[in-house]
Amino acid sequence: MPSPEYPGAAEPLRVSILTQGQFLIVSIHTALDDTQMTRLQQDLIEQVGRQRSRGIIVDVSTLDVLDSFATVTLNQLASVARLRGAETVIVGITPEVAIAMVQLSLQMNFVHTALDLEEGLQRLAELTGALDAATVSGVRSRD
Amino acid sequence: MTEPENDVEASEDASGHPEFLLPELVAHLRHLRTPLRQEWAKRITDAHLLSSMTAQEVFSEATSVYDNYVEVLETGSVEALRRYARDLSERIIPRGVETHEVVGIVLLLRDVLARSLFEKYRKDFDLLDRVLDAYEPAANRIANTVAVSFVEERERVIRQQQDSLLELSTPVLQVRERLLILPIIGVLDDMRARQLTEQLLGGIRNHRAKVVVVDITGVADVDQAVANSLVQTVDASRLMGAEVIITGLSSKIAQTLVTIGVDLNKMRTVGDLQGGIEEAERQLGFRVTRPTDAQP
Repeated sequence: MPSPEYPGAAEPLRVSILTQGQFLIVSIHTALDDTQMTRLQQDLIEQVGRQRSRGIIVDVSTLDVLDSFATVTLNQLASVARLRGAETVIVGITPEVAIAMVQLSLQMNFVHTALDLEEGLQRLAELTGALDAATVSGVRSRD
Repeated sequence: MTEPENDVEASEDASGHPEFLLPELVAHLRHLRTPLRQEWAKRITDAHLLSSMTAQEVFSEATSVYDNYVEVLETGSVEALRRYARDLSERIIPRGVETHEVVGIVLLLRDVLARSLFEKYRKDFDLLDRVLDAYEPAANRIANTVAVSFVEERERVIRQQQDSLLELSTPVLQVRERLLILPIIGVLDDMRARQLTEQLLGGIRNHRAKVVVVDITGVADVDQAVANSLVQTVDASRLMGAEVIITGLSSKIAQTLVTIGVDLNKMRTVGDLQGGIEEAERQLGFRVTRPTDAQP
């Protein structure tokens, strides 16, 4: 369980966590420092428990860099969230960021990735078996 | 490009004369414009230069070059000639005119004009000597300018063609909604591998692709660096939410991949392009049926 003593607990989080049905959506607009990143991770994991969320989407499409700490944190977030019953999808990684990440050998083992928010929602729906969830529209049904 | 020693020599040797020697020379060449041009055009034809152009074209270009030539002799400024030479090169390069032809015709003109000067001044050897001192450096500079301009223009054309070839060399084609194919043919070197990565990731974003089939049937062999770059491309694509299926691996490339220890779990490969597309279609939920089969 997150304790109130984690770093950065005092200052407000610069990222808003949106709830969309069973999923949590976070859009990171500015580069977050390490404290903020940890704070975001803690808040998300806490919310997963409180809202009984099934999935988390982190949108990084406006970021032009994803450093190793952010990658590790996101990975950690994903593995912890999975233990609490939620899958994590990172969406909107740009070609430049993707190339930089593979060149730095940054791995995203626990994290799923998708092109954009729409794809991410669909991916989560598939992952969590929530295809009939009313929140997801425009999902192509497959047989 | 210019030959400063010759210039100095010219002004020293033609002591007293250089002010009027060149103008006199120019006047002479202007006066004999028609016969000299004809003589030059004839010698071009005789030497089988510019064979890709018609006699009329040769003559009209010869006229322009001649006028430019005389003008440069008069003003000493090669700027206009350089522009003209570029322009001329741009026109004649697509017709397959070679460097030796261009250099050849300029040297022929130099020769024709020099002969005409011999003819005129042969009675006064001293004067002829000074005339040639004034004429030769200028003529050399002109020949140099034309040749260099031609080569520069040709290099520019080659560079341009290289760029467009490179662009064409990795096409990104959409074959179904969300499905791209990238056929790669030829040698896959470092630069092309980098370009492939860029094209592929850009293509994923632009076409919102979910599956990309990279067909390397046409690539015989890759070195380690390129094989690594291929693996990185697959990883980067996954980060963007797309899966890459590689098809048509030659046995050599397969060996290389195993040798460098690629994590083969992360790489999807299918034998040939058809298999790859079928696999991708399955993954995207497409089912291809013949109309006849669909009927009960």
